Amino acid sequence: MSTVNPNLTYNYKVVKQFTIMAVVWGIIGMSLGVLIASQLVWPAVNLDLPFTHFGRLRPLHTNAVIFGFGGNVLFACSYYVVQRTCQARLFSDGMAALTFWGWQLVLAGAAITLPMGLTSTKEYAELEWPIDILIAIVWVLYGIVYFGTITRRRTPHIYVANWFFGAFIITVGILHIGNNLELPVSAFKSYSIYSGVTDAMMQWWWGHNAVGFFLTAGFLGMMYYFVPKQAGRPVYSYRLSIVHFWALIATYVWAGGHHLHYSALPDWAQTAGMVMSLILLAPSWGGMINGMMTLSGAWHKLRTDPILRFLVVSLSFYGMSTFEGPMMAIKTVNALSHDTDWTIGHVHSGALGWVAMISIGAIYHLVPKLWGVKAMFSTPLINLHFWLATVGTVLYIVAMWVNGIMQGLMWRAVNADGTLTYSFVEALEASGPGYFVRFCGGAIFLSGMLVMAYNVRMTIRQKDQAELEPSTAQAV
Amino acid sequence: MSTFWSIWVSVIVLGTIFGCWWLLLATRKNQTTNTETDQTTGHSFDGIEELDNPLPKWWFYLFVGTCIFALGYLALYPGLGNFKGLLGWTQQNQWEAEVQQAEAKYGELYARYGQTPVPELAKNEDALKMGQRLFANNCALCHGSAARGAVGFPNLTDNAWLYGGKPENILTTIHKGRNGAMPAKGLMPDMTAEQMDQVVNYVLSFSGREKDAEAAKAGAAVFAQGCAGCHGADARGNQQIGAPNLTDDAWLYGSTYDWIEETVTYGRQNHMPPQEGRLSDDQIHILAAYVYSLSN
Repeated sequence: MSTVNPNLTYNYKVVKQFTIMAVVWGIIGMSLGVLIASQLVWPAVNLDLPFTHFGRLRPLHTNAVIFGFGGNVLFACSYYVVQRTCQARLFSDGMAALTFWGWQLVLAGAAITLPMGLTSTKEYAELEWPIDILIAIVWVLYGIVYFGTITRRRTPHIYVANWFFGAFIITVGILHIGNNLELPVSAFKSYSIYSGVTDAMMQWWWGHNAVGFFLTAGFLGMMYYFVPKQAGRPVYSYRLSIVHFWALIATYVWAGGHHLHYSALPDWAQTAGMVMSLILLAPSWGGMINGMMTLSGAWHKLRTDPILRFLVVSLSFYGMSTFEGPMMAIKTVNALSHDTDWTIGHVHSGALGWVAMISIGAIYHLVPKLWGVKAMFSTPLINLHFWLATVGTVLYIVAMWVNGIMQGLMWRAVNADGTLTYSFVEALEASGPGYFVRFCGGAIFLSGMLVMAYNVRMTIRQKDQAELEPSTAQAV
Repeated sequence: MSTFWSIWVSVIVLGTIFGCWWLLLATRKNQTTNTETDQTTGHSFDGIEELDNPLPKWWFYLFVGTCIFALGYLALYPGLGNFKGLLGWTQQNQWEAEVQQAEAKYGELYARYGQTPVPELAKNEDALKMGQRLFANNCALCHGSAARGAVGFPNLTDNAWLYGGKPENILTTIHKGRNGAMPAKGLMPDMTAEQMDQVVNYVLSFSGREKDAEAAKAGAAVFAQGCAGCHGADARGNQQIGAPNLTDDAWLYGSTYDWIEETVTYGRQNHMPPQEGRLSDDQIHILAAYVYSLSN
């Protein structure tokens, strides 16, 4: 059965735009991360200005990496994959262009308003109401373009990658609108319509599914396309993909309660959040297994193909952090880990190890295809990037594990008379070396991103020169 | 929660778990093979094919295992609406049990000193060490680890007392907490800017720091009307209501012209939370001895 239609042209323009912006926002977001990590080592780096204060730059860091880097990668890959696997051009070029410019406007809005201190204070949903509305509009357009393309497909079935992208688009839309229902009191200030513990639960329903759907389901969609493509192997098990898809989306939406253990949240909601988080282990690992086993018979390619190495290592980190997550959701473990750097380590083993690594692999796969050249400008540079990313991630998460467990233990240590052994400041002081190692890890990871930017730039220039070749003979 | 919502929660929680279970078993049941295969499903998307491999066995049992654990946990702990769980666990009673345990374990240590008079206890090295640790855990957040206070939080090492420094005063302060309130512009809500300047100069003049001697002189009348009611005609304060002595060198807020002007303009609100209920009577007793020892 042929799957190639020679008369078909895909809309690569919007995919190219999103890909470039993914690299740009990746560098911006990670630079901010390194900056605020350095503030924790050398407080003077906050420059004593409100705009450069940790409290304002930290949400900008998270917004820039999640919605700037992650978001642009997701748009690029979903538009690319849905066209290729459905053999259909995007439903509407105009609407797709609107999603691009709209999304960049959202990100620019974040970059301006967050340093100004304009925030709705909800984690990963800090942006104020005018930007929230813009996000909702862009998202609805995204849904129309995406599902419209699926309805035009020339394949009898819908490929598994598209199930994940579809679930990601629908759920993030619902969560965003649900969590951001708010009452504006001025142009840049609003108050949530929920109060007290209801607001907290809504917030973590969103917060955990920003992880579950934005950073997991969407990226699993990428995994299901780029891993078999890059490995040149069939997907390991169709059956496994069915079970783990439905189980993943059914249980992830419950997991938010585990952020609110031992709080004003009713006991039943904490327990439900915890047991669903534990059940989530198997569906999460289903994705990892399906990706890893797809490589069986192609393991030798790892020796020569650093892009594949990015994809495989991302799956390893995915497996590791989706084991760690359910474990941390257990009440007794959470009692130790909550509010410590362990949480930040966990998030970054997912964010750097899984999300960023698979995105980087996908970008290296995409760029030559989009710009019509044979391969990336330099494979050794991809290899260099791979090692920078891996070493950076490992340093980062190990530093945060050590810090986190140490903080948890110091906070609960008691003297013979029942008083606390350590004050908060003592635990903070003990965290200093860990913060320095974290800063180094982040800086190394960031340097890899700069290598990628150069490599992407040169690859695209290669193409420009190839086009100019006939008229400019002396072109290098 | 009402019966309706209780059933609603239970049905959805159990429905999700059994739904996963059903999905798992149904997919496994119609497997065409139980071993690894090269057979594809026949689909191809952009050249990607899918193998018809069975669910990995260890993964299948892992999934079943977590579902069984979840059901067991929901039987033992509260999770299904109003159902309390067989263990009767709540986070509240877990906390209470831990506190009781701690009291049983540590209570005796503190009880040893509970009856010793504060001034005597303030000379007992061991008791002071315990007091210092209690202070670090419960008081240092506001008063500082060296008990020297901060803007708005009294220094406990000098001999200036808002509410008195006798053992019984300190005990009352820790037990019941304190609420200090100075109204804006004192008792003269219509104090003019000129009067404000005068009274601030007057207050500064107690320590010879007035900017304008004329104004300071005129400030005496303003003070008598707007401030003396609490701070006393001699400005030496009133420990009954926690009104500070303005003639000594201890300043709860700043001592400069600008600081004092701000204090008079907006008033001040101070709150020390009561420790009764958080700490045992014996612990408070030891803490009082520690605070007493700082200035005696």
